[in-house]
Amino acid sequence: MARDMSDIDILKMELEQLKKEVSTPREPVSKTSKDTMDWCEAASGTDLLITGVPDDKNPYKPEKGGCIIT
Amino acid sequence: MCDQTFLAITFGPCDSCSENRPLMNLYIKTEPINYCSLCMEIMACQGLASGETLKSLKAESETLRKKLEEERKKLHDVELEKVAEKAEALGELNMKTRRTLKGHGNKVLCMDWCKDKRRIVSSSQDGKVIVWDAFTTNKEHAVTMPTTWVMACAYAPSGCAIACGGLDNKCSVYPLSLDKDENLAAKKKSVAMHTNYLSGCTFTNSDMQILTSSGDGTSALWDVESGQLLQSFHGHSADVLTLDLAPSETGNTFVSGGSDKKANVWDLRSGQNVQSFDTHDSDINCVKYYPSGDAFASASDDSTCRLFDLRADREVSIYSKDSIMFGAASVDFSLSGRLLFAGYNDYTINVWDVLKGTRVAILFGHENRVSSLRVSPDGTAFCSGSWDNTLRVRQEGRGVGRELKQGGTTLYG
Repeated sequence: MARDMSDIDILKMELEQLKKEVSTPREPVSKTSKDTMDWCEAASGTDLLITGVPDDKNPYKPEKGGCIIT
Repeated sequence: MCDQTFLAITFGPCDSCSENRPLMNLYIKTEPINYCSLCMEIMACQGLASGETLKSLKAESETLRKKLEEERKKLHDVELEKVAEKAEALGELNMKTRRTLKGHGNKVLCMDWCKDKRRIVSSSQDGKVIVWDAFTTNKEHAVTMPTTWVMACAYAPSGCAIACGGLDNKCSVYPLSLDKDENLAAKKKSVAMHTNYLSGCTFTNSDMQILTSSGDGTSALWDVESGQLLQSFHGHSADVLTLDLAPSETGNTFVSGGSDKKANVWDLRSGQNVQSFDTHDSDINCVKYYPSGDAFASASDDSTCRLFDLRADREVSIYSKDSIMFGAASVDFSLSGRLLFAGYNDYTINVWDVLKGTRVAILFGHENRVSSLRVSPDGTAFCSGSWDNTLRVRQEGRGVGRELKQGGTTLYG
């Protein structure tokens, strides 16, 4: 669809979009970064890719075994 | 042979003002235009005006872009990394490959987890779509699509169906039956119809609606049952390569990324493009929402991944290194959003600390590009699909024991 549009139409579309975007409400990075960090810290206790999974609950638990051949 | 050097003047009604006047015999692209001299001059000047319109549009566009940049800059009072200095450092990671899923005959292009946290659907260049049980590595279902390059696949939230598509420009839904012998292709339903390849698809909160992205530059929302187009999203000026739906708690939006280097955020209901980000230097191959829904990450051919904050309306972090020179194809966050896993065209997966902006691990093992990467719904593992025809399921192996250490550098396989 975008491929069939002429350059003027694409420019008009971009202009419309920019006009809308200039007026969107924004918050300062200091506030949003802090919120992101707080959210992350709150959830990190349950993040199993950081803490690891205890063996007894791990469905991918590697088989302990094998034998030693001497 | 010389052209006519005299003009035979015709007299009659002008095509434009309808008055009886001497007409100028003008041909534009072999079409005769019978205008009087006055109307012809007006037309010629309008031609000039449209030329100026192109210029003035560009100029207006530039001024607005500058204004937007200024507005965004005003709120850029601190860097994310500075705020993150207070965060606890991550310990050393020890990712281990737990399962290698072999069975595809050609490049794995896409994969998705089922909500039951154990099944995976993957699609390949050779047209095969396979449903695996990641715990046992068994193949539960296999479908052969009537097309090659199946670039998108998705699992339905109920776990009872899969959707896939690619060069056939369609998205088809296959209900999964428990009967192993049943021919899945017989129950296939064509849902989405685009005018170019399907690059991405995902079910919304139910099995009833599918969101698709396409090389035709649009994204679209479809009703599965009727195949009807519910909403279409126009705004990219080139192929749309990826999309991701916002986590359900945060509302009805989705983000898409394209070859036009832009990432756009859309409102599902109205079809409006609500925010746009264009700081990448090349095609955006993958976008993923941050688990809280207030940000999203992108992976691009410019070899960087970036984090965009939706409330601050700007890019807040770049994950890159001079030593990383190949494009990033796929990204996903861990459950807490602290880790960002990114698969690259240099066959590696880099794990980034989202807050501090540093790389915490490189994972080797694939023998070709990593094309697709997803963390499981419960966050216990993540799966990566590659052009080496395999998928690998990896986990954090801390506390399990064995590590491979060679001369001080820790290698994770």
